[in-house]
Amino acid sequence: MTTQPLMRVQGLEKNFGDHAVLRGIDLDVMPSDRIAILGASGSGKSTLLRCLNFMERPSAGVVELAGQAIGRAAPGKADPGRRSYDEAELTRVRQRVGMVFQQFNLFPHMTAIGNVMEALRTVRGQREAEARERAQAELARVGLADKAAAYPARLSGGQKQRVAIARALAMDPEVLLFDEPTSALDPELVGEVLRVIRSLAEEGRTMLLVTHEIGFAYHVANRVLFIAEGGIHEQGTPDQVLKHPSEPRTRAFVDRHREFDF
Amino acid sequence: MNSLYRWNFAPVLDNLDVLWVGAIGTLRLFVICLVLGFGFGLVVGLGRHAKASWIHLPATAFVEFFRNTPVLVQILWFYYALPILLPFQISPLVAAALGISLNSAAFSAEIYRGGIESIDRGQAEAARALGMTAAQAMRRIVLPQALRRMLPALTNRGIEIFKMTTLASAVAYVELLQQGKLLASLNFNPIETYTVIAVVFFLCLFPLVQATYALERRLGRADA
Amino acid sequence: MHVWNFAPVWANADLLALGLLNTLKVTGAALAFGVPLGLVLALMRLSPRRLLAWPAGAVIEVFRTTPPLVQLFWFFFALPILIHVEMTPYVAAVLTFSIQSAAFFAEVFRGGIVSVERGQWEAARALGMAPPQVMRRVVLPQAVKRMIPAFLERAIELMKTTTLVAIVSYADLLFQTNEVAQKTFRPLEVFTVTALIYFTVIFAASQLVHGLERRLAASGEGMTR
Repeated sequence: MTTQPLMRVQGLEKNFGDHAVLRGIDLDVMPSDRIAILGASGSGKSTLLRCLNFMERPSAGVVELAGQAIGRAAPGKADPGRRSYDEAELTRVRQRVGMVFQQFNLFPHMTAIGNVMEALRTVRGQREAEARERAQAELARVGLADKAAAYPARLSGGQKQRVAIARALAMDPEVLLFDEPTSALDPELVGEVLRVIRSLAEEGRTMLLVTHEIGFAYHVANRVLFIAEGGIHEQGTPDQVLKHPSEPRTRAFVDRHREFDF
Repeated sequence: MNSLYRWNFAPVLDNLDVLWVGAIGTLRLFVICLVLGFGFGLVVGLGRHAKASWIHLPATAFVEFFRNTPVLVQILWFYYALPILLPFQISPLVAAALGISLNSAAFSAEIYRGGIESIDRGQAEAARALGMTAAQAMRRIVLPQALRRMLPALTNRGIEIFKMTTLASAVAYVELLQQGKLLASLNFNPIETYTVIAVVFFLCLFPLVQATYALERRLGRADA
Repeated sequence: MHVWNFAPVWANADLLALGLLNTLKVTGAALAFGVPLGLVLALMRLSPRRLLAWPAGAVIEVFRTTPPLVQLFWFFFALPILIHVEMTPYVAAVLTFSIQSAAFFAEVFRGGIVSVERGQWEAARALGMAPPQVMRRVVLPQAVKRMIPAFLERAIELMKTTTLVAIVSYADLLFQTNEVAQKTFRPLEVFTVTALIYFTVIFAASQLVHGLERRLAASGEGMTR
C-alpha cells in the first residue's frame, strides 16, 4: 500500500487509577475514512476518541499523526511502554485534529461568528477581517449564515451544534472527531446536524464518529468499530458489522438498537 | 431625666476642610488596597487553581493565613513588628496598606477561584481542543465568563475594603476617622463629629451597596 | 540581624491569656445578643407591615454600610453624653457588635427563610395554620439548617471584628499584646505570637465549620422529619 495512514494507533491503553478503560487498541485511519465507533456506555469509546486529540493522555501505546509519533518514549522500570508528552506539542496536535463535543461547549460570551473566529485569531494569529471572512464562509457551509451575530443562548440545540462544527472546521483539521454529536439534542433537531456531518463525509473528510445513531452510521461510515470492554470487539464495513455481525455480542448490541431502519 | 442634648453641628461644619483632608487620605488608601488586593488576589487565585503542588500549596497557605487573622493585628504587626527586622521605618500608610491589601488579596483569591471553577469544564476543553494553550484558554474563554459571575462578590469585597480603611486610624494614618478623632477632641463634640463621619461613610457606600444588589439581581436573571 | 527572643513573651503569657479570655468574652456576648436580635430584625424586615419593615431595614442598612470602628467610637464616645450613662469599653463593645452582627445575621436569616419555597407556605396555610405557626413549625426549621454554615462564618467574622475593642482600651488579646510589647520592648516576638494565636483559634473554628458544612450537605436538606 502506498498511502500512509493519516493517523495510526498502536497498543493504546488508558487507565483511570486502577480502572483500565482501554486495553490495547490498534487502529489505522486512512485519508477520507469515515469511522463510526459504537459501543455500550462505559465501553471506552469516548475515551478512545479523546485520546486521539490528547484530551486524555494515553497510559501506554503510540499515536502517530501523518507518520509522526506524538510524544517521546520515556521508558520506566515498571513501565517500559511509557511515553512523556509535552504540552506544547499536544497543543499543536489539537490544531490539526478537530473535535465536536456532545455538549457543544460554545463560548457563551461570544456570538456565533465570534466563536468560529476565535481560534483563527488567537491560535492562528489571523487578523480580524480575514478571520471574519473565513468564519462567515464556514457558518454558511453549515447553513447558519444569517445567525452570525446571534449569541449561543438564542440558538436551538441543533443550531449550536452546527456552529460548533463550523468552529472546528475553521481550523482546517486533518481529522475530525465527533463525540456523540447528537446525543444531547431533542429528536427533531438531530436531523439538521446529521445532514451537515453527512455533507462533510461526502466531501471526503477524514472523521471518527462516536454515535448511537446506527442508521446514520450505516449510511455514512465506510468502517465501523464495535468497542466492548476497552477493546475493538469487531470491525469491518457497515454491512459486515451492522447487518451481519459475526460476534454474538455485536449482534446483541445491534439488536437492542434495532429501532433504527437501515 | 436630665435635659435633652442640644445638637450643634456648627463646629463640625466649620472644619469641613479638616475632614476633607481625611477624605482624601481615605480615598488614597482605598484605591491602593483595591488595586493591590484584587491584583495580587488574582495571582493567588490562579495559583490556588493550579494543579502543581509547588504553586498550589503556598497559595493555599497564604489564603488560609490572611483570611483567618484579623486585619488590625496585621496592620499593627506591620507597623510595630516588621520595622525591627528592617533597616527602615514603616509609615502608617504602608502598614495599613499592607495589612488591608494582603487580607483583601486572600479573600478575593477565593472569589476568583470560585468563579473560575464555576465555569463548566467543557469550556476549557473546547478551547484546548481548538489548539489553544492553557493560558489562552484561561485568558480568552474562562476568565471573561468567570469575571461576570464574580462581580457581586468582588463589589462586596470592595465595600469591605472601603470600611476597613478606618482601621488605619489605629496607627494614626490621616484618614476620615482619624480627622474625626482630632476634631472631637478639639471641640469636645464627639456626638456631632462621629455622627457626621458615620453619615459621610453611609452616603458614600449606600449607592454602591444598592448597585451591588441590582447587579446581583440582574446577573441572577441572566445566568440561565 | 535581629536575634529572636521569645522568653519575655512566655514570661507574660498570663497577660496574653487574660486578653484571649476577654476576646472570647466580648465575642460570646455579642453573639448571644446579636443572634436573637438578628432574628427579630429579619422577621420585622419580612413583615408586610411598613411600620415594622421600614425601621428594621434602616437599622440593617446603616449598620452594614458604616464601618464598625465608626460605630464603636459613636457608642463609646457619643452615646454616653446623649443618654447620660457611664460607658465602659466592654459595654460599648458588646452594644456595638451585638447590633452590628445582628444586622448581618438578619440578612442570613432572611436569606434562609426566603429560600424555603412558597409551596411550603401555601401548604401550611391551606391546612389552616396562622402565619406565626407556619413560621415556627414549617419554615424556620427548614431555613435554619440551610443557614447554619453562613451563620458560623459570620460568627467567625465577628471574632475578627472584635479586635477593634483594643482601640477603646478594652483588655482584649490585641490590647494586651500592645501592653506586653511596650513592657518588654519586643514588639516583633509579641505581635508574631499574637498573630499566631489568632490564626490558630480562628483557623480551628473555621475548620470545624467546614466539617459541619460537609456533614450537613451529606445529610441532605431535603430530609423531612
